[in-house]
Amino acid sequence: MSILIDKNTKVITQGITGKTGQFHTEKCIEYANGRNCFVAGVNPKKAGEKIFDVPIYASVKEAKEATGATVSVIYVPPAGAADAIWEACEADLDLVICITEGIPVRDMLIVRNKMKRKVAQGGKETLLLGPNCPGLITPDEIKIGIMPGHIHKKGRVGVVSRSGTLTYEAVAQLTELGLGQSSAVGIGGDPINGLKHIDVMKMFNDDPETDAVIMIGEIGGPDEADAARWCKEHMKKPIVGFIAGVTAPPGKRMGHAGALISGGADTAEAKLAIMEECGFKITRDPSVMGKLLKSLL
Amino acid sequence: MKIHEYQGKEILRKFGVATPRGIPCFSVDEAVKAAEQLGGKLWVVKAQIHAGGRGKGGGVKLAKSLDEVRSHASSILGMLLVTHQTGPEGRIVKRLLVEEGSDIRKEYYVAVLTDRATQKVAMMASSEGGMDIEEVAARTPEKIIKIFIDPLDGISDAQAQALARGIGVPESSLSQAVATFKNLYTCYMETDASLAEINPLILEGDGSIKALDAKFNFDDNALYRHPEIVAYRDLDEEDPDEIEASKYDLAYISLDGNIGCLVNGAGLAMATMDTIKLFGAEPANFLDVGGGASVEKVTAAFKIMLKNPKVKGILVNIFGGIMRCDTIATGIVTAAKEVHLTVPLVVRMKGTNEEIGKRILAESGLPIIAADTMADAATKIVAAVK
Repeated sequence: MSILIDKNTKVITQGITGKTGQFHTEKCIEYANGRNCFVAGVNPKKAGEKIFDVPIYASVKEAKEATGATVSVIYVPPAGAADAIWEACEADLDLVICITEGIPVRDMLIVRNKMKRKVAQGGKETLLLGPNCPGLITPDEIKIGIMPGHIHKKGRVGVVSRSGTLTYEAVAQLTELGLGQSSAVGIGGDPINGLKHIDVMKMFNDDPETDAVIMIGEIGGPDEADAARWCKEHMKKPIVGFIAGVTAPPGKRMGHAGALISGGADTAEAKLAIMEECGFKITRDPSVMGKLLKSLL
Repeated sequence: MKIHEYQGKEILRKFGVATPRGIPCFSVDEAVKAAEQLGGKLWVVKAQIHAGGRGKGGGVKLAKSLDEVRSHASSILGMLLVTHQTGPEGRIVKRLLVEEGSDIRKEYYVAVLTDRATQKVAMMASSEGGMDIEEVAARTPEKIIKIFIDPLDGISDAQAQALARGIGVPESSLSQAVATFKNLYTCYMETDASLAEINPLILEGDGSIKALDAKFNFDDNALYRHPEIVAYRDLDEEDPDEIEASKYDLAYISLDGNIGCLVNGAGLAMATMDTIKLFGAEPANFLDVGGGASVEKVTAAFKIMLKNPKVKGILVNIFGGIMRCDTIATGIVTAAKEVHLTVPLVVRMKGTNEEIGKRILAESGLPIIAADTMADAATKIVAAVK
């Protein structure tokens, strides 16, 4: 098992015909069971055509009806990405993964509130991963997103992080030590996003094939602290924690729109302290995340 | 993106939020002329820089005559203004705002921002205007009132009224305060702001409500649809190296240490900086080359880092994912040769085509120090600069 996706997941790619969409779709198809997983693309202007032998449909709804897909991945450029997310929600998909970086915060704010209202009014809930994220992977089964597949190894450690390359760093350390991953999830670096650390930690806690988790955070926002408090009460598995940005000055956006120290409680030190208090094995040296996790097994 | 107070007030007026009358000025003569044009007997001469705390630093002065306007304008224009937000290096004042004086009866605080936790728009107000809001939050948090606005519904009359009553606006001025809050909300949403702060918002002797200050931040991701806001950009207020970096699509922030770092990915870049500190030195910058690090980008990154005279060594940390290590290695070799690199360079590379990348570096003839892990890289660069 794994969380959110496995080798039987059927995926629609929104923005499959764009440069980024094409590049990564090809790599996703090549990875493990990708050929059977990536069943549809969406582009209203190219409906009826095929790309990498994947049929293109005019809308997410049509693609879903034709293929039975339940998940979509979005590479649509920033100006249209929030609309693409909403289209996937209106088609009642289970999960939408938005890779796009640079979406205006107001667009995300509006689409997130539309999603919540839909659920409040009795509509089906569609989970959102991202935006501005690397996606997620269940090694040797399926990869949805832009992470390099070959550094992963099938196994029993969960990884969750906001950042892309820092996730790869953790994964590579685990793989080098012979520890595989159940799933590795990048939740993205934007301030208004879908799944948060706490949501992914809950899934790893419930997944019988995950034995331990590496949780990586960054400066800015309350998410890591919220997750840590939940874990203190409920998490049955050991967790290694790291927060990037001990050296980041307040008031400066460190690349990610969400990585900005604004209050007092969202510094790296404050988050590390809360995580430690909540039973995480924390480290200030990102080189030892893998080793530390191994010591807990 | 940040803008000046006078620009913020122009935006506020466009959305129906009242402000004192004022004129931006670039010289002492212009300041005197502006005061004459505004008329009256009381003026405020305000330094325009992209940082708060200007009053305490001597950048805001009251003038009771045109002679005083002249003397204040000459002392403020060109001064090095140091506030708690500028850092010890301060900012040279190049623009002034000359404004009519206000009859202040009471000072309030109001701000709008996007709340990550609730994913709503938060408007917060306080009866303790004119003070540092962080201080109010720490000492008397009960004096800060917050409302959370669903962007699908907008701000309601009831919410705006609750806020106005909560901070003690007198009943006779309530409708004006409500209109101000509603207009401020519309302004925040329509301009794609990430912060709109008025401190102080004042109640005048005649009962009117006015914005005596205006501080805005705008969402960089949304600037493409706001040419009118991009036009307000003042490059004098930005770090020239950060401007240069943005031309190459590099995220760069200068810091105080002596080890330059070049990394791909924001999270990994921060983690690299942290590792340098953990091993006893300080990073000179944050630099994220992003996913597509071309030779041109890497060369530009080296040039920008090396412009900083404090840099005594460089650490490159690349996790090759889609971006292959051999491509990055070629970029580093080309860049190092082009800039005639003289400071120690430690390179740590991981991921796709790692071995080929390492061979390219080893065969380049450059004195590049190779490292295996981030800790190893940090140890080596810290040793090399000592």
